[in-house]
Amino acid sequence: MIIAVASGKGGTGKTLVATGLALSLKDNVQFFDCDVEEPNASIFLKPKIEKKEIVYLPKPIVEPSHCTGCGKCAEVCQYNAIAVVKGKVLIFNELCHSCGACSLACPEKAIFEVDSEKGVLEGGRSNDIEFWQGSLKVGEAAPTPLIKALKKKVDNKKTVIIDSSPGTSCPMVEAVKDADFVILVTEPTPFGLNDLTLAIEVVRQLKIPFGVIINRCDKGDEKVELYCQENKIPILIRIPFDRKIAELYSKGIPFVTEKKEYLVKFREMFKLINKELS
Amino acid sequence: MKQIVVISGKGGTGKTVITASFAALAKNKIMVDADVDAANLYLLLNPKIKSENAYVGSQSAFIDAEKCIGCGKCEEVCRFSAIAEKDEVYCVDDLSCEGCGSCVLVCPEKAITLEKEETGKWFVSDTKYGPFVHAKLAIAQENSGKLVSVIREKAKDIAVEKNADYVIIDGPPGIGCPVIASLSGIDTAIVVTEPSLSGMHDMERVIGVAKHFGVETKAIINKYDINLENTENIKKFCEKERIEVLGHLPFSDIVSHSIVKGVPIVEFCDEKIAKDIANIWEKIK
Repeated sequence: MIIAVASGKGGTGKTLVATGLALSLKDNVQFFDCDVEEPNASIFLKPKIEKKEIVYLPKPIVEPSHCTGCGKCAEVCQYNAIAVVKGKVLIFNELCHSCGACSLACPEKAIFEVDSEKGVLEGGRSNDIEFWQGSLKVGEAAPTPLIKALKKKVDNKKTVIIDSSPGTSCPMVEAVKDADFVILVTEPTPFGLNDLTLAIEVVRQLKIPFGVIINRCDKGDEKVELYCQENKIPILIRIPFDRKIAELYSKGIPFVTEKKEYLVKFREMFKLINKELS
Repeated sequence: MKQIVVISGKGGTGKTVITASFAALAKNKIMVDADVDAANLYLLLNPKIKSENAYVGSQSAFIDAEKCIGCGKCEEVCRFSAIAEKDEVYCVDDLSCEGCGSCVLVCPEKAITLEKEETGKWFVSDTKYGPFVHAKLAIAQENSGKLVSVIREKAKDIAVEKNADYVIIDGPPGIGCPVIASLSGIDTAIVVTEPSLSGMHDMERVIGVAKHFGVETKAIINKYDINLENTENIKKFCEKERIEVLGHLPFSDIVSHSIVKGVPIVEFCDEKIAKDIANIWEKIK
């Protein structure tokens, strides 16, 4: 079973929940930090990294002796990553999506592709938890190829927990799209509610069952509660604000190791999700 | 005219609260919300929309089932696993398709076309603080970086027209394409961080991106009193990297109260935190 933790708004507590859930279940858990732009789960799970794989994507290179400067490549590139100026081909790597259209279109076969580093995947263990994370190379624009590569490591026989990036655009969709259940973490402020409703639209479009965790549930107003009630969205856990939790978080200590009552809450939530899915 | 963007790496460190306060403090400026897939700044600026514009941000392949002979060449060249056969008909998964057009190039029957999609809207609004350019990316869409570029271009036009002194931009979290689009042509990037190991890790990465693109960065430490030791470490890091720390703000309940009321915190109260933000703005302007 795959459970993804997402949020819409950043900083609501995705990593807090995802790592807390992983530590509550322990057995047979595979953990994926799919927030490849800013991976943080390793700070809390402190895995021993055993494997490193560099993720490459193909980038076009032009062989000048074969190129006639016809401009076909620039014409077919949908991302404006190629310009032909005075018969010379200029390639803007940061705009390239590695789709290969330019080399397909080149009548002279003057474009070939070379590997370009996009980021790194790291795998290891944190006690009984199998841990994976991806880390986008600084300066690279596109996180989705890395998330795709990371998710190839998913073992469906395990309880898979995915920590997603914030937002509702392509990286979030890529992280949650094959999940059996999505936990949306929010906070009870107008910001939290605004972004929660957007995130709900995404998971509805993907037709994935979901529930909500309200973090710092006593810091804000009632509108998230009311919204969930009106739309019959299950509230899985409410976590009241506790300065101790914020302090533990700041030190990279999983809060469930000191607030043991949450171990029980996460296990109960997991049971509930299992029941809902069966 | 100076372009200032507020970024953070990690989400939820306080970008929007601080940007809204700058909007209230600065004179003669244009505001932009570049966090287009989870835009929140409008909740504090209460804009009146003046114009609404369609954003045609992407395209998707469409296979004409009548013309398709089922040869499978399209699936073969697609690098995004967006084409699959279902009952001898090839179909495109819109969520995976990146609209590259490779399939169009190889289809021997010319059965595939690229269809443009409206994937968001952008707005020019009036607020009591001045003009505000913002957007709403349709959910589950790509190319948010391009939408950021579109609204920033518009804001720049307005700024030139009005002879504005500042363009103040609320940036997105992360380090990917919308962040890169938010950093281009910026005079100063303000990094809002918090003294958690996560906040620090993410700040270092986003500073790396700003450096990569040659943008000057300055830092604000928010919720500094949650972990004083980490706050010291952030200051040391910034000193080493020659990044000016503009100030530090305490953890405060008033922040969430001001968000609930929908008012920039500098207008919501005259507590110390509001004065601290005003002092920070004095250093930036």
